[in-house]
Amino acid sequence: MILRRPLLWLILLLAALFAWLPLHGNNVSLREDLILVALAIILTSNLNLMIGYTGYVNFGHIVFYGLGGYVGVYLMTVRGWHLVPSAVTAGFAVSLMALLFGLGILRLRGAYFALATIGVLVAVQSFVSNFEPWGRSTGMYVSFESYAPLGGPRHALWTTYFLIVAVMALSLILSLGIKASKFGLGLFAIREDEDAAIVLGVNATIYKAIIYSVSAFLPAVAGTLMFFKNGTIDPSIAFEFMLSLEGIVMLMLGGQGTVAGSALGGGLYERLRSYLLTSPRLSEFHLVIAGALLLLVIRLAPGGLIGWLYRLVPRSREVIE
Amino acid sequence: MSGIFASMIDGLLIGSVYGLAAMGLSLIWGVMDVINLTHGAMIALGMFGMYLLFNATAINAYLLLAPMIAGGLILGVIIYWLAVNWVVDRPILMSLLSTFAVNMMVIGIGTAIWSTSPYNVDFSVPGITVGEYTFTGNHMFAALSAVLIALLLEMFLRRTRTGKAIRAVADNRDAAELMGISSTRVLMVAFAIGIALAVASGALVSTLFPFTILSGAGYQLKSFVVTVLAGLGKPFGALVAGVLLGLLEGAVSPFIAISWIPLIEFGLFVLVLIVFPRGIFSRATA
Amino acid sequence: MTALLEVQGISKRFGGLLAVGDVSFNLMEGEILGLIGPNGAGKTTLFNLVNGVYKSDTGSIIFSSKNITRSSPDQVVHLGLARTHQIVRPLNGMSVLENVTVGACFGREYQSRRTARITALEVLERVGLASRANSPASSLTLAGKKRLEVARALAARPKLLLLDEVLAGLNPTEIAQMIDLVRSIRDSGVSVFMIEHVMQAIMNLSDRIVVLNLGRKIAEAPPREVVQNPDVIVAYLGSPDILDKLRGSA
Repeated sequence: MILRRPLLWLILLLAALFAWLPLHGNNVSLREDLILVALAIILTSNLNLMIGYTGYVNFGHIVFYGLGGYVGVYLMTVRGWHLVPSAVTAGFAVSLMALLFGLGILRLRGAYFALATIGVLVAVQSFVSNFEPWGRSTGMYVSFESYAPLGGPRHALWTTYFLIVAVMALSLILSLGIKASKFGLGLFAIREDEDAAIVLGVNATIYKAIIYSVSAFLPAVAGTLMFFKNGTIDPSIAFEFMLSLEGIVMLMLGGQGTVAGSALGGGLYERLRSYLLTSPRLSEFHLVIAGALLLLVIRLAPGGLIGWLYRLVPRSREVIE
Repeated sequence: MSGIFASMIDGLLIGSVYGLAAMGLSLIWGVMDVINLTHGAMIALGMFGMYLLFNATAINAYLLLAPMIAGGLILGVIIYWLAVNWVVDRPILMSLLSTFAVNMMVIGIGTAIWSTSPYNVDFSVPGITVGEYTFTGNHMFAALSAVLIALLLEMFLRRTRTGKAIRAVADNRDAAELMGISSTRVLMVAFAIGIALAVASGALVSTLFPFTILSGAGYQLKSFVVTVLAGLGKPFGALVAGVLLGLLEGAVSPFIAISWIPLIEFGLFVLVLIVFPRGIFSRATA
Repeated sequence: MTALLEVQGISKRFGGLLAVGDVSFNLMEGEILGLIGPNGAGKTTLFNLVNGVYKSDTGSIIFSSKNITRSSPDQVVHLGLARTHQIVRPLNGMSVLENVTVGACFGREYQSRRTARITALEVLERVGLASRANSPASSLTLAGKKRLEVARALAARPKLLLLDEVLAGLNPTEIAQMIDLVRSIRDSGVSVFMIEHVMQAIMNLSDRIVVLNLGRKIAEAPPREVVQNPDVIVAYLGSPDILDKLRGSA
């Protein structure tokens, strides 16, 4: 039972803290910090479903987030939809697209798959940059009327924040649920040895396509929410390759294949990055530090922080999943 | 009509530079099964290396290729020991990430030094005018240099002892080791050559177009496309595929907006990957 | 007795090389069928054809009255045909128990994860790996990994088990244990189709033996007759001492 797993309660506690802390004293700057942390955790934990659970490196994971943002913002501004149905529709639309893409590119293994994901990212970005209804390379603005149904901009930003926190919690619970499921076991088998898994009865083609599609859903929802909050979307910010790659750094830092690791890595790295970017002396070196950190992690602790914890305290494996 | 013809010749010339860059990627990939994600950063370093060297010496930029290649070899050895030696034979994720980490560091340092504003190498060779179209001398010299370097590499791989060892290791590393070939040394040399080729192609590009520290990324992506078209570990095939990609760009650019080209290239890339996972030019084996 | 597996005229060609050519045979319910042949005879390829890793160029494969000629390996497992690998392939990052749970989860009964765990524990007990259930699969010895291969396949609750050289590389004690295990598997109602190079073992275990040479079936008979078959003797003459081995054990 999922209710008996300590990590579930930790996730709910984390979400409650995220919701309560900035609300207490109406701390908007804390809210803006935390929304980035929440976003990092959403992207990392869903990326973990592909890299950590299934063993397929997706370099273009950000494409789900960007497309979700586009579909959602389009539905709100052009079609006049409400925020929540727009976000959910964006999630389903992007998942469906991922399923179709997945059935094609998931025939590839290892490095070939990784390269194809870069190809998908660049091709989608290039398509959106030329797509007239979505404003080509200038993108779209969220119209002022879109904030009205949510009680004006100030109120809307808080609502969006709570929704993002909810999506973060859902992402982690999803990871937790899949990990203990039969589906998850099949994915782990594929990660270890795909051919052996098939011979043991795992339908790898379908499993991979499903997880690729599932890993697209919540990032796409988060895309709608974030770009609604930002008020604008364009191809260069929606499909930022660097952010896609930083997601991998976060995952490795925390510990790929673990739920807690994806949250920890996402949270820590995002705080580090924010600190470096705002520090006058270090801002120029944030990539250098991130790169050095990544090199150190994979060299010294390929299991990331959680893997290191497992080695230190083997019993922690049963609690921290 | 002459417009598209001229555009295609231009594409062909630039394509040989794409091909040279891709040769470096393909060599490393084929020999050690490592996808070198420092590739783009190395191309960028080639551009800035050429910029610095040219401004310091002010001699013919194409003669400066020799010291650039030498520098690239040294850089390759350093990166090999820093990030590659210990990931050979580890899961593909490890080699992708360790080379990517080096890429981040190089780009980070480069951005700190040169920011992301454009630079250019102020050197030009007089061109040839045929009818209404002028072929710039730099394009021709760059293409000529690229082909020359490619031929030298091919000769090195076929004629020299080390070159043969590289091919043997690429073919079957275990067997090569049984024959007494030290694979670590061979891998290091192959990696260094791969980096030197990336640096050289960056240096050539810097004589054609303005560049920033981030420009390497685009050429890295093109190198992936070219390598996959050619099939892995076929350096000379990469040169041919590079020329073909350049021709394709040249052929379509008069007809459609330039911003559509990446979509065509990468759509094609993904399609080729799916349909011919071993490359168009390689025959399927069981 | 009825035929559980009916193989009719299957072939596989790799480029110019004929790996398996026009092979037919039946496997009866409840029997242990041996598959022998010199190195490169196409034994493992035949296994790969039967369980769907490769698709046969010709002919048909009927398993348990279902045509599985074009089925994929995972579909074949659901019908009750499981196999082990000649070169052991444990899922290294997972524990021994998890490895076997995978087998049960995605096997014939498609068990839930909870039931699969119970099945896995039972099977581990049976193959003698119960004490290692929570060890990483990578920590097992070769003999342990071979048992793990068998356990994973058994956890699928198969009707037919394909064993690809489960004795190779084991010491005499381990071989004796594995032979007992194979017998007990058959006695529990699972038919067995096994490739083996350890002649004494296969001659003792098998009810009948199929002999392959250069991709073609050259004999199909009880062990006693196989050793006297002139074609088989000729095929094995490449390694001269095999003749005595065959005679000595039969």
